[in-house]
Amino acid sequence: MPKRTDLKSVLVIGSGPIVIGQAAEFDYSGTQAIRVLKEEGLRVVLVNSNPATIMTDPELADATYVEPITPEVVEKIIAVERPDALLPTLGGQTALNTAIALDANGVLEKYGVELIGANIEAIELGEDREKFKGVVERCGAESARSEIVHSMDEALAAAERLGYPMVVRPSFTMGGLGSGMAYDEEDLRRIAGAGIQYSPTSEVLLEESILGWKEYELEMMRDRNDNVVVVCSIENFDPVGVHTGDSITVAPAMTLTDREYQRMRDIAIAVIREVGVDTGGCNIQFAVNPENGRIIVIEMNPRVSRSSALASKATGFAIAKIATKLSLGYTLDEIPNDITRKTPASFEPVLDYVVVKVPRFAFEKFPAADPTLTTTMKSVGEAMAIGRNFTEALQKALRSLEQKGAELSFDRPAPEEVSALIEQAKTPTTDRLAQVQRALLGGATVEQLFEATAIDPWFLDQLVLINEVAAEVAGAPELSEPVLRLAKRHGFSDTQIGQLRHMDPAVVRGVRHALGVRPVYKTVDTCAAEFEAYTPYRYSSYDLEDEVTGHEKPSVIILGSGPNRIGQGIEFDYSCVHATMALRAAGHETVMVNCNPETVSTDYDISDRLYFEPLTLEDVLEVIAAEERSGGVLGVFVQLGGQTPLKLAQHLADAGVPILGTSPEAIDLAEHRGEFARVLDEAGLVSPKNGTAVSFADAKKVADEIGYPVLVRPSYVLGGRGMEIVYDEPSLSRYIENATEITTEHPVLVDRFLEDATEIDVDALYDGTDLFIGGIMEHIEEAGIHSGDSACVLPPINLAPDTLDRVREATRGIAAGVGVRGLINIQFALASDVLYVIEANPRASRTVPFVSKATGVQLAKAAALIGTGRTIAQLRADGMLPGSHDGSSLPLDAPVAVKEAVLPFARFRTPQGRVVDSLLGPEMRSTGEVMGIDKYFDTAFAKSQSAANNPLPTSGKVFVSVANRDKRGIVMPVKRLIDLGFTIVSTGGTAEVLRRNGVQADVVRKIADARSGEGDGTVLDLLGDGEIALVLNTPSGGDSRGDGYEIRAAATSIGVPMITTLAEFGAAIQAIEAQREYAWDVTSLQEHDARLAAAIERSGSGA
Amino acid sequence: MSLLNLEPALLVLGDGTVHRGRAYGATGTTLGEAVFTTGMTGYQETLTDPSYARQIIVQTFPHIGNTGVNDEDAESRDIFAAGYVVRDAARRPSNWRARRSLDEELVARGVVGIQGVDTRAITRHLRTEGSMKAGIFSGEAARRPEDELVAEVNGQPSMAGARLAEQVTTDAPYVVEPADHGWEGEPLHEVAAIDLGLKAATPRHLASRGVRLHVLPATATFEDITALDPAGVFLSNGPGDPATADEQVALLRQVLDARIPFFGICFGNQVFGRALGFGTYKLPFGHRGPNQPVMHKATGRVEITSQNHGFAVDAPLGEPVEAPASAYGRVEVSHWSLNDQVVEGLRLLDRPAFSVQFHPESAAGPNDSVDLFDRFITLMDEHSPRAAGRAAAATAPTTDLTEGA
Repeated sequence: MPKRTDLKSVLVIGSGPIVIGQAAEFDYSGTQAIRVLKEEGLRVVLVNSNPATIMTDPELADATYVEPITPEVVEKIIAVERPDALLPTLGGQTALNTAIALDANGVLEKYGVELIGANIEAIELGEDREKFKGVVERCGAESARSEIVHSMDEALAAAERLGYPMVVRPSFTMGGLGSGMAYDEEDLRRIAGAGIQYSPTSEVLLEESILGWKEYELEMMRDRNDNVVVVCSIENFDPVGVHTGDSITVAPAMTLTDREYQRMRDIAIAVIREVGVDTGGCNIQFAVNPENGRIIVIEMNPRVSRSSALASKATGFAIAKIATKLSLGYTLDEIPNDITRKTPASFEPVLDYVVVKVPRFAFEKFPAADPTLTTTMKSVGEAMAIGRNFTEALQKALRSLEQKGAELSFDRPAPEEVSALIEQAKTPTTDRLAQVQRALLGGATVEQLFEATAIDPWFLDQLVLINEVAAEVAGAPELSEPVLRLAKRHGFSDTQIGQLRHMDPAVVRGVRHALGVRPVYKTVDTCAAEFEAYTPYRYSSYDLEDEVTGHEKPSVIILGSGPNRIGQGIEFDYSCVHATMALRAAGHETVMVNCNPETVSTDYDISDRLYFEPLTLEDVLEVIAAEERSGGVLGVFVQLGGQTPLKLAQHLADAGVPILGTSPEAIDLAEHRGEFARVLDEAGLVSPKNGTAVSFADAKKVADEIGYPVLVRPSYVLGGRGMEIVYDEPSLSRYIENATEITTEHPVLVDRFLEDATEIDVDALYDGTDLFIGGIMEHIEEAGIHSGDSACVLPPINLAPDTLDRVREATRGIAAGVGVRGLINIQFALASDVLYVIEANPRASRTVPFVSKATGVQLAKAAALIGTGRTIAQLRADGMLPGSHDGSSLPLDAPVAVKEAVLPFARFRTPQGRVVDSLLGPEMRSTGEVMGIDKYFDTAFAKSQSAANNPLPTSGKVFVSVANRDKRGIVMPVKRLIDLGFTIVSTGGTAEVLRRNGVQADVVRKIADARSGEGDGTVLDLLGDGEIALVLNTPSGGDSRGDGYEIRAAATSIGVPMITTLAEFGAAIQAIEAQREYAWDVTSLQEHDARLAAAIERSGSGA
Repeated sequence: MSLLNLEPALLVLGDGTVHRGRAYGATGTTLGEAVFTTGMTGYQETLTDPSYARQIIVQTFPHIGNTGVNDEDAESRDIFAAGYVVRDAARRPSNWRARRSLDEELVARGVVGIQGVDTRAITRHLRTEGSMKAGIFSGEAARRPEDELVAEVNGQPSMAGARLAEQVTTDAPYVVEPADHGWEGEPLHEVAAIDLGLKAATPRHLASRGVRLHVLPATATFEDITALDPAGVFLSNGPGDPATADEQVALLRQVLDARIPFFGICFGNQVFGRALGFGTYKLPFGHRGPNQPVMHKATGRVEITSQNHGFAVDAPLGEPVEAPASAYGRVEVSHWSLNDQVVEGLRLLDRPAFSVQFHPESAAGPNDSVDLFDRFITLMDEHSPRAAGRAAAATAPTTDLTEGA
């Protein structure tokens, strides 16, 4: 059945900002989809509020709307663009929910838009728990047995049938309040008894527990001809109880007999048919009882998901691309397998390697959060590794995490420690793998650990094997070839071997190279070598045969950014992908090295060659050697993937690897305090007063000299890790006490903190002669809030023209002084009209994609070309950069873009089950960002808030409670809110200030007072009743235990829009006003670019 | 024992290639044809599949033995494979049904294996050079001079021209009762099944659908068959070169002449092809794996099939043709491989007979094509006098003789 010819244009919905559980994988899938749709000759309309994505590149879709993904906004886009069809299955749950809403409210019908790749009925069957249970039953399979009860007698009767342990879940309570696991009747009486009370309908669901069962997932594809294939099976190392996203997962399934596997496959196919998944991808999760093989269907996702991205990268089967083709009417047998070329996509990939994915967490950013892993996903990223066996893949994956302590270590625990480790391993946390492995090292048995963790004994034995190999390495008389080969075969890094042999990793490398123990590179080919593969998608292994073939031009190697984490996310992948695109277009052969399966960069057709490898020095050097011996290397880009490759720069240069773009010496210059101070001196610039300290006495001396408040931080930081603003000496003392890693090499940095300063961010290009300002961003929040968490606006709206000139000249001075060849990002703070330099990073920054989208200039592409020798003058002449203007000279009628951060606070609970505090500070905590773009700031800001899932109200009650230092500033804005028809609720001192200024506010009791006295009526009740439309709460003195925390916690968990800085409050009021006055216009980026070009034309002719 | 001092083993290929690994299973010497299979699960079924007789199996999936060996999943009474090549053999089996480790089983069955070799390199070699003679030498044998080993490997008879069905077939006839496989009530049909290397899953599938199966040795005569007065005849999978199966070809012609409904699988398909007058030929490296896409002409749908064949029938794809043995009328290629357009199924349009090259009984592999067993039953319903009454009551007569689907 060939492609449908009746579709001319398609609307694709993206997934919006990166949040936990919905991340870069949807950029990967959406980008594939758009490329396919374009190849098939369709007009593509895209909506996605996330500017950091590749999919929102204006050159990909025909009309790219960076607008909030809400049904209202998407309807406007439909009204303007009138697409024939809507493809909603590649943008995660966000896209699917939006499509369902547009179907339900009749918009699709009204505009004659056909849903493709999905049907509403199937989605509902898949997502409605009860309906899905029916589906499973009709397929002759089982769901977890459950019963709904309304009394204790009913509960006890149900327990007879279900057996202990069981899950007790009260109905209709918020955030799972009152849920628990009952192991015996006593538990049941306690939990269900309370649950019946909690539930507004006195209803409790009892469900048999499948905790500790083996967990599996099958990735499936179906076409309109009802051909169904299983693309990949995935087995969780962690048994049921840990969210798949937080679990170590392995592909393919390792511990199933064929009978069990085929039973699962049969069920999956029956379910996909019964649900009626239209065409495309879906996944089904299973639990298997390890005692008797009983299989339970957990759930299905009728769309491309996070695991689809993993399955695509794990098998080479391009799920999103093929799903898109299927939605256009092709069938699987009509689509060729890109990798083998000669065989069709209607087959099931077979692997001759093992894939391991490990999650990356960010609990260090949320010290109050409970690190127990549960069925709520908490990880912020993941790394994947491929090896020829499990041990090799696991150890490669662990070192891909780039986290201290992630690699297994082999100090034998004391006997008394072993039982503690076993005990700890009973609770799943990020440390469990190491606890289990160390317990085994200390002599615990596989049986004991299976008993404690329910991790399959086969996996446990693999850890025993790793421990045995470590013992061989440690005990061998010398580091001979057989010893090294044994260690390498099981994934040990030079660093681990060095630890075992008390040698420097570089010495291990030297010995290894001398003995000729080098990795070979194998190919991911979908078919276990049955057919020839034409795509160089490689992974390393210490095996016999190397499959690297010769290449003609010297390769340009781009090092990616590794697993997503807070502070280093998809924005860096964006720059890497842009670089490879530009370099390929300029005729270079490019090579990508990365280990993040969620990304566009790890698609096998983005670069000429892909190496799916950890980004450690050892692994990267081996890739470079392989490229060197097969045709030569022009050089390596380390400035595009964030901190990960940057910190390899000097080591690579020392190993004789040519670094393209800014030199390692220049990178070091910018990172080194003393030397950078000299650069500033020479350029006539200042930075806030500062000093370094290795003790409290030191720190106190510095702080006394420069004056409080001070900004303190460890010297090696990423995303503001461990950074704090300290207002007085006791706080400083506490900070130093808690700071664990202070050494003379890594002292604490103490900076004068500039209060009430305006922070300015600049992204610029420099080629040694010319400077090109990409954009100047003005932060909305004052300095002190991490730039990644702060909203910002481009072009700046409150900076005087002469300030912009100073910023421009300062940027030139620093770029020239450091010796930048490519991108540089500089943060300034403007306080009392003095321009301070906060820091400079000679690399692609987090804001490069935002600036590029807002100004229509492809900075990362230009940077890549500068790195290979083009000049800014040439790039201006080529049209890669604008001919005359740059980001510091945007005309007054240029569109205004606002970037807003998206924060994950609602995900994290304290061990007591409350959400963690949602204050912003110098440590970055956001997972993603959105962009609002419009003609003026007010509507652009309103759009950004809506896109960030924090839509501003147009009427209602606003709760206002601010810190003393902010009290002066609230009178005017609050009065404006009242003018706009809002009512104000306040408390304590804030209420008094408002009253003295003649502002009518309803006063509510302080929470602390209500507790000591009788009764209700605090703001918590109002929030709980849904009466508050907006919360303004600015924190006082960093004390998170008072009212402020209670209010913020309640607003976060209920999802009431909340503002925690006065600066943002001011912006919000402008936006609220604009929302009331004007209807929203939707404008595509292409249209914005055209308007900007016209504006520049006008300003140019005017000048 | 140290992980560094394990018993050595060599895999020696006929072209002189030598791979060094460590002993696995029994220690000693074995010879056979090296073939690779791509299954990621189901090694127990694979090893016990008689079609692998005199072959050394190379598993492309590195981890083998993870779920041990159980008492239910064997496809025959023994391991017929000549040798076993794996990369990472499991040290500890883990599955609720496991009774012993694969290593123990290989030792008990005397199967010589090798582990720790680059199975992907071997696979790529076999893919480009074709399946070839091979030998595994472990323990003392691994210390012999290599040129001597290569000579020994090349001294073995070739797979082309090998007649092996008689070596793996059952010694005596036996009956598989539907009641033993969950069928309630009277058997629907009696079927004579010629065991050319029969896998246990096939009788299981037929019996669970109400067929009483009379399994006969490969040497059975037409008289042996007619003595049973069967509603249908089945020819199983099996090892060796179909060009050597002259007796079975002659037997099948008698079955077709008698218009007894026929169903064949794998070797049975090749015998059917030859009975119809087509030739058979050896594929360069065969089809062995659980992921083989096959187009089913009647439905236009793709079935993911389990395959294990080194030979294939040479028949034209497309419109039906007159069978070269013209007595049998029109014949159609009903299934073909989407990977390389190899014939994967044949059916007669004018007589009740069909066969497939792949394994609808799976074990190991997907169950996409199990309805072929139902088709066989429908065919017998329509063509056997005993079932005629029941079939007529159930369905309207079909003009198409074999496509029940």
